[in-house]
Amino acid sequence: MANCCLENSESKALLDKLDEVIDKYKDTAGPLIPILHEAQGIYGYLPFEVQLHISERLGIPLADVYGVVTFYTGFNTKPKGKYVINVCLGTACYVKGSENILDRFKTTLGIDIGDCTEDQIFSLEACRCIGSCGLAPAVMINDDVYGNVSPDDVESILANYQL
Amino acid sequence: MADCNRKIDNVEQLNEIRERMKEKLKPRFEEGAAIHILLCGVAGCLSTGSLKIYEEMDRLIKESGKEKDIQLVSTGCMGLCAQGPLMVVYPDRVMYTHVKPEDVEEIWNSHILGGKPVERLFATESDGRKVAHALDEHSFYTKQLKIALKNCGVINPLSIEEFIGVDGYKALATVIKEMDPEEVVDLIKASNLRGRGGAGFPTGTKWAFAASQLERKKFVCCNADEGDPGAFMDRSVLEGDPHSVLEAMAIAGYAIGSDQGYIYVRAEYPVAVKTLNEAIKQAREYGLLGKKILGTDFSFDVEVRLGAGAFVCGEETALMTSIEGNRGEPKPRPPFPAVKGLFGQPTILNNVETYATIPRIINMGVAWFNSIGTEGSKGTKVFAVGGKIRHTGLVEVPMGTTLQDIVFGMCGGIPKDKAFKAAQTGGPSGGCIPAIHLDTPIDYENLIALGSMMGSGGLIVMDEDTCMVDLAGFFLHFTVDESCGKCTPCRIGTKRMYEILSKITDGKGEVEDVDRLNVLARNIKNSALCGLGQTAPNPIISTLRYFEDEYMAHILEKTCPAGVCKSITKFFIDKETCKHCGICKKHCPVAAISGDRKTDFVIDQEACIKCGECFKRCPFNSVLHH
Ligand SMILES: Cc1cc2nc3c(=O)[nH]c(=O)nc-3n(C[C@H](O)[C@H](O)[C@H](O)COP(=O)(O)O)c2cc1C
Ligand code: FES
Repeated sequence: MANCCLENSESKALLDKLDEVIDKYKDTAGPLIPILHEAQGIYGYLPFEVQLHISERLGIPLADVYGVVTFYTGFNTKPKGKYVINVCLGTACYVKGSENILDRFKTTLGIDIGDCTEDQIFSLEACRCIGSCGLAPAVMINDDVYGNVSPDDVESILANYQL
Repeated sequence: MADCNRKIDNVEQLNEIRERMKEKLKPRFEEGAAIHILLCGVAGCLSTGSLKIYEEMDRLIKESGKEKDIQLVSTGCMGLCAQGPLMVVYPDRVMYTHVKPEDVEEIWNSHILGGKPVERLFATESDGRKVAHALDEHSFYTKQLKIALKNCGVINPLSIEEFIGVDGYKALATVIKEMDPEEVVDLIKASNLRGRGGAGFPTGTKWAFAASQLERKKFVCCNADEGDPGAFMDRSVLEGDPHSVLEAMAIAGYAIGSDQGYIYVRAEYPVAVKTLNEAIKQAREYGLLGKKILGTDFSFDVEVRLGAGAFVCGEETALMTSIEGNRGEPKPRPPFPAVKGLFGQPTILNNVETYATIPRIINMGVAWFNSIGTEGSKGTKVFAVGGKIRHTGLVEVPMGTTLQDIVFGMCGGIPKDKAFKAAQTGGPSGGCIPAIHLDTPIDYENLIALGSMMGSGGLIVMDEDTCMVDLAGFFLHFTVDESCGKCTPCRIGTKRMYEILSKITDGKGEVEDVDRLNVLARNIKNSALCGLGQTAPNPIISTLRYFEDEYMAHILEKTCPAGVCKSITKFFIDKETCKHCGICKKHCPVAAISGDRKTDFVIDQEACIKCGECFKRCPFNSVLHH
């Protein structure tokens, strides 16, 4: 099997990190989910090879690892863009029209929810309540929160990230 | 090696720290020579720049060399999120709102040095007045009674000593030094405390059940998954007062005979996770978690586990399955978790707010707690009030407060003087409460009787521009997404209901669809495996109950009275009242509006994407819809 992303030296460093994480949780009851969280922190997402490695090291069938990864929306099997746009569709934001904001992001970027722009700069996601209901409708791009957003603001918000 | 000396070995040492800190915190509660500047450092205030404000103020304090007399503290949520970033200067108790980094110098020179508060930044009352002492004068605060949120916004959440200074870990000391486990369970029973996570199950009964199990290994879990979209009560407690939760979990551990706790937090709350981990570290350092707490034989420790974005993991059996490292699918009960829960051992699970209430009950007494609230619901409830409301934020009120009081009395009513249509409580499992029931006292029983439920405390206000059919569709879409797929009624039934709703909002509904919805709703309610499916039909049942006319308008007249449902809404411009200002044209994202000073403004129906921007923007209400 070609473990493409686990081969060169950079990958080796990442793999060492992953092994450290796995060792750290050696004595933890129910270690799989904490390990997946940290693995995603290392790789940015959970490629097949990483799932396989975790499965082998923990002695948990790959099907079970895969089952857990795909059950939780917090785990990604595809890489994300450099900037992840999260449009809040929580109730407070929804009743204040956040769906129109999402629509504007879709048309402006030409991508759908869950997709990434071709240049890998932006991913578009919808999320539920980022705890900024006081600022509804809210949009989060990586760690930046924008409040009281109107569809007209979309272009100027994106401009902050386009160099 | 100062670090090693932090460990508190007995109650006397705890009392010493408390007395020392009480003295230090005096300016915040009584009088004092020192000035304490408290700044909200979380949630909305953090996203609107409170960190910069903190840095700026910190710089001014350091430059002045007055670090001894002026203390700057980053706190948890102060509640009035709509007017953040918030700052309170003690002992004057002056609250500043919408503070910007460039305002800091003025506050410093005028107020801190000159003793003259900056009026311009005072909080705004619902009638537009500025009030200096919002905490004592603003209607948003005066009707609140803080039990679970008592320390939020008043102490530094990252300082265990400040927490001890406001009677923190005093209840734990009382319990493990002076009471038997059975007495603790009896006390919680007598307090009539009910779970704040949704269903309102009596906490004491749950504890008694787990305490009576003979197994040696038991677990205490805390539900901090806060899945209701549009709610942030638990997050505020975790970010503003994490030690209260740890203290209560230790108390629960003592009561049921457990030495290990787990807090299950959503990964979407990174600040809460960081705060919790820091609090746990400190509590271990001070010997308030770990082995032989306060020199007794009682040991207890807590671990944080992260969720990964699955709503169903808020359900108790699913939560435990998830901690074990599996797909978070619920299990049939019985066996109840109190008998066979996490890793097959007896386990109790309580909500964050439930825990945060417990140390207060122990410190203040059962009689005090029972004097607050209604017959069947004692104490207070925290609500995250959002949606079409002037003062969005976090309020804690005695059970039995009316919706009228919360929406209009405290939170300032609906902006732009639009009409109140309904409030939604209980999130995707709950229902809506229409205007005619505004004066019902809110408690567990009354909300159920109205077809809604308390839920965890999300309270979303809706005005005349909200379409109730669309809203039901919004929640159904949520459940379809979040159904774990294990049981058929939920996996397939919710999907069918959502399809019928979509048909109606697309203008293709038939009168029979209402019956179909009713039948499906009843069947799903009766046959789904867990609370998610059993409550999923609630948003439909409740909107049908109060707003059947809106459903009928969609079905019979193919119109959306609120102008939300895109396929059946047409926007047009009223020639009579149009003032030719051109604002609609400027904001139309698809250039579907033509017209100028001389010619009439018209909307090209072919090009219109029905986003409603023109409707929202028109200053003269000349954009209409049907
Ligand atoms: C689908 C579903 C989601 C839930 N989500 C939460 C939640 O996010 N937070 C919570 O405290 N309880 C939630 N609950 C309720 C829990 O199952 C459980 O009753 C509660 O945490 C018990 O704590 P309490 O007695 O202190 O309220 C949920 C229940 C269901 C059925
Ligand atoms: S609903 Fe959007 S931030 Fe809470």
